[in-house]
Amino acid sequence: MARNKKTDGVDESTEPGSFAPNKARRTFLKKSSALVALALTPPPVLKAAEMEDQVTAAFEKVKITLHVNGTRHKLAVEPRVTLLDLLREDLKLTGTKKGCDYGQCGACTVHVDGKRVLSCLSLAVMQNGRKITTIEGLADGEKLHPLQEAFIKHDGLQCGYCTPGQIMSAVACIREGQAGSEPEIREYMSGNICRCGAYPNIVNAIMEVNQSGQKV
Amino acid sequence: MEKAFFDQDNNDNSLDRVDGRLKVTGAATYAAEYQLPNVTHAVLVTSTIAKGRITSLDSKLAEQAPGVLAVISHVNSPGVPAYGSSPAMPQRATLGTPLRVFHDNLIYFSGQPVAVIVADTWQRAEFAASLVKVQYEKEPHQTNLEANLSRAALPANVQRDKNSRYHDYDRGNPEELNTAAVKIEATYKIPTEHHNPLEPHAIIAHWEAPDKLTLYDKTQVIKGTQGNLARAFKLPLENVKVQAKFIGGAFGSGIRVWPHVMAATLAAKKVQRPVKLVLPRELMFTSVGSRPETIQHITMGATKDGKLTTITHEAVAHTSTYEEHTERTILATRMLYDCPHVSTRYRLVNLDVNTPTWMRGPGEVTGVYALESAMDELAYALQMDPLELRRRNHADSDPEKNLPWSSKSLKECYAKGAAHFGWHKRNPEPRSMRQGQMLVGYGMASSTFGVHRNYAKSRAVFQADGKVIVQSATSDIGPGTGTAMTRIAADTLSLSPAFIRFDLGESTLPDAPGQTGSTTVSSVGSAVKVACEALKQKLLQLAVNTPNSTLYNTNPADLSVEQGRIFKTGNPATGVTYTEILKQNNLPQLEVTEESKPGAEWQKYSMSAFGAHFVEVHVNPTTGEVRVKRVVTCAGVGKVINHKTARSQSIGGVVGGIGMALTEESVMDHRFGRYVTGDFANYHVPVHVDIPPIDVFFIDEHDPHVNPVGAKGLGEIAIVGVAAAVANAVFQATGKRIRDLPITPDKLI
Repeated sequence: MARNKKTDGVDESTEPGSFAPNKARRTFLKKSSALVALALTPPPVLKAAEMEDQVTAAFEKVKITLHVNGTRHKLAVEPRVTLLDLLREDLKLTGTKKGCDYGQCGACTVHVDGKRVLSCLSLAVMQNGRKITTIEGLADGEKLHPLQEAFIKHDGLQCGYCTPGQIMSAVACIREGQAGSEPEIREYMSGNICRCGAYPNIVNAIMEVNQSGQKV
Repeated sequence: MEKAFFDQDNNDNSLDRVDGRLKVTGAATYAAEYQLPNVTHAVLVTSTIAKGRITSLDSKLAEQAPGVLAVISHVNSPGVPAYGSSPAMPQRATLGTPLRVFHDNLIYFSGQPVAVIVADTWQRAEFAASLVKVQYEKEPHQTNLEANLSRAALPANVQRDKNSRYHDYDRGNPEELNTAAVKIEATYKIPTEHHNPLEPHAIIAHWEAPDKLTLYDKTQVIKGTQGNLARAFKLPLENVKVQAKFIGGAFGSGIRVWPHVMAATLAAKKVQRPVKLVLPRELMFTSVGSRPETIQHITMGATKDGKLTTITHEAVAHTSTYEEHTERTILATRMLYDCPHVSTRYRLVNLDVNTPTWMRGPGEVTGVYALESAMDELAYALQMDPLELRRRNHADSDPEKNLPWSSKSLKECYAKGAAHFGWHKRNPEPRSMRQGQMLVGYGMASSTFGVHRNYAKSRAVFQADGKVIVQSATSDIGPGTGTAMTRIAADTLSLSPAFIRFDLGESTLPDAPGQTGSTTVSSVGSAVKVACEALKQKLLQLAVNTPNSTLYNTNPADLSVEQGRIFKTGNPATGVTYTEILKQNNLPQLEVTEESKPGAEWQKYSMSAFGAHFVEVHVNPTTGEVRVKRVVTCAGVGKVINHKTARSQSIGGVVGGIGMALTEESVMDHRFGRYVTGDFANYHVPVHVDIPPIDVFFIDEHDPHVNPVGAKGLGEIAIVGVAAAVANAVFQATGKRIRDLPITPDKLI
């Protein structure tokens, strides 16, 4: 991909797959980190290479604050880390699933400030200050959310891997007012793939909750 | 005797899925989600050519990238002891040898792992993977099945095995076709399809000691994976542990130990830390098998009144150059209908691709698609109702094996399905039915899948607190194994299901076969049943042998059990509970382990499940868009263990069949020998909007012959025949017979 020249004079229009744009910066960081390390760390503690990596990582990370399921997290994340990977790998909230990593399957659906979002297509640093709700934050303590109850009752799941995404989308679908009929639900749930084929049961679960008038 | 129906609205006393709560709260833990200290992340580098050899692999830049712990390839692999040290062979005719990961510099298919990067974070490993420079010496590759049909051959593994069922088969005199009153002849094609479970294949490999390996793996075959890894690394079996408690779908992709499993295990050996490897979606197309592309030629002959006289069925499928994958493509043709003259031929063509594997309903799905499409064509040639044609050729016994069926309800499936669907409203004339502008079509097809059963063991432990733990090293890819086993255990022990816990997904549990071939209830369910029966007998014996028990010295035959309480039959007021018996004997728990395996009944009966699907499609005459509007599916699968989850399995099978019929196709760019449909935007699986209401019926079959549980298996018959029913409906709607799946709009306009 061609990129524009940056004002600092580093030419970023390089061949695909090359890491040249960052190379100069990385080298600089590695050198600086070595200096910082010399000043701060007892020499025998870390192997030089590991030490460089750790300090380099610290320089490259961006500080953000996320509110996830009601808990405030102050985090330092690499800019390239997606919200999905942050949730799964750093916060250990593995209920949000990675099915494709391209925004094509819906398994990673979470709510950001109340709206459904594909967390694999969202960089974590873009969510600074926002409220994130994942499947782990949907139930009220031991009391399941009405849609969680309905998915169990209607057997709207088999292997369970798409289920968190289906439920997060279903909640949003009802809140958006797009769950008024079976065809409407099918249309507005079509971003969530279920390879086991639980679709009719999922539609029944959403219909029942929507018709019950319960607050979701 | 009139058979009862399980109506979809009659949910009897079905259990909710026992792991439902874990799955709807995000608490179910899948392979990549185990939290291990010091875990590292691996990313594969894969070949960009389809055939040839690696001439150089430069990993210097990658090794210097931040966070990288190791780059492992054939250059520096710690090696798999069982691979041997034979040098790379110049001539590659390694039929039947799984790909030897990082063993040599040979490339057998595009997408083959050539290196694995291990780093402290996934992002760093991913970045470093882009820095590995691999140079190849290319050789011409062959990936096009149609262009290589002249190389089609009887598989070498069949040639070596005189008992193989894939040898050329002739019954009667297939030459009779020449004198048949009515004949049809057609060629049907299915493309390569991929399982694409929603959870990508994933593994965490952890060497807990130099000779102790633990794998958290997405595998359908826990004991098989354990044995395979133990052999590969020459370890005692008990030193390898495999865990797979939750599996995010697999449909056959998790039956084998694939190269990425070996890559992660080798990487973990190298870095001496746990290694997590999750396949990106695009590698799901080259790493874990596929349904093979298959070209089938069928001829049929019949009398004027619709009695089949001859069927010939030839199938040619692809395999890889290093292994032969064979499946049951032509077998259903020998037994689904009563026909005196039948011949089948099965051939493979080896191509420079990764080895295909079993995918839901392997063989039957492919073969029955062709056979049931041909039956529809024959019905039109005869000007006969397609359902009536099938009824007239019903096989009252197995015409191949000359054995009686252990049970069969196909006629009842036809009747129930047709009545519920409203088949009588069908006007057979193509393009005769419309709704608004839409062309309407009704289609149907028969369905069958063999009953299989394997050796299995189960342990049942009655605890002092009244709970029963039942265990077996089976797995659950989604059908609801735990739920079915809980039901079987509860019914056998006469206890509420609330007191049962079923453990699965660990290699330390009693032996179980893999979750394959619709055999789990048949095999593991039988073991659970005999274990729970033995436990119950032990409790009854204790009750009559305990001096201070009210049942002391009672004949066990005179006892009944309800809700965990033993009493003299006809006198419920007397008696003791299971827990009281343990207490009276000062026992902390009572444990039994039992095994179950098939026996002589398999020589006396032919065992298969049968069913029928009825489909209505609407076709837009202008755009060629096909919409399935409703489906009725009916099957006789022996005893239905838990109706709610069984119904879901049937629905899922129909959904898979609709995908096969209308959208699923892995497209290969033969110039590069590479799939170009490596994601969900290009490989189209059905989504919500593609799936109409699906009505499911089961015939209540009592079959004492198949296994102690009486269940035939359901996961695969649910998809067999669906694609033919859709294709037949499209023909009636449009008058166009599309013989190469999927039926995309371009083929209809």
